[in-house]
Amino acid sequence: MSVKVIIPTPLRVYAGKADSTEVSAKTVGEALGQLTVKFGDLRKHLFTEDGKLRSFVNVYVNDEDIRYLSKENTPTKDGDTISIVPSIAGGFV
Amino acid sequence: MANTAQLKISFELADKIRAHGAQTYPHECCGALLGRDTEVADRRVDREIHGLHPLVNRRDDSPNNRFSVTSQDVLDAEKAARRQGLEVVGWYHSHPDHPARPSQYDRDHAWPWYSYIIVSVANRIPEEMTSWRLADDRTEFESEEIGLQRVAS
Repeated sequence: MSVKVIIPTPLRVYAGKADSTEVSAKTVGEALGQLTVKFGDLRKHLFTEDGKLRSFVNVYVNDEDIRYLSKENTPTKDGDTISIVPSIAGGFV
Repeated sequence: MANTAQLKISFELADKIRAHGAQTYPHECCGALLGRDTEVADRRVDREIHGLHPLVNRRDDSPNNRFSVTSQDVLDAEKAARRQGLEVVGWYHSHPDHPARPSQYDRDHAWPWYSYIIVSVANRIPEEMTSWRLADDRTEFESEEIGLQRVAS
């Protein structure tokens, strides 16, 4: 299953400046796993130390938010596009 | 991380960030920095801000010490940047009655590569403005020099 993964601007520096890449995966979790095998430096920015997707990392399969599908178990099929989109947060204390 | 020489911004845009911070006081303001990177010498990169995309703080529950920008806001900001031939190179927010220093919360939620401008607003008066970039290993924010320009280039 060839899936296209769109890499957000702030992470392209860790992916050879590529804005997208192709991986072979049956689920979103597999695709993100393949992505971080391909570009190891992406891992710490996408996942917490205990392997959970960081809260400000949003993942869409063909414009559908995986939080409203089956999260990382969301199945992917040939030709799907996975987009990683940042959300931004901050503040003091 | 690219070796950033300086974050260049006009006095006019810097004043707009300060004004936004004063306007939303005692709540945090937030917005996107639209600009571009230019490689100069020795792999050093100059980052120039050419526009702002002010946003609504989505943290209704704690707007005086938190700001939040949704993924849809990010996509909208990217679209606004593309229309001007620019890209989203960072974000700004205010710290009402608090120094312009990134908090642990800021660092925990930061993305690399982006510039994070913080303006301190004390009693509705904007004060210090600083800029920060997350280290590649996420362990700290590194201070980024702000180069104020007399004219928007």
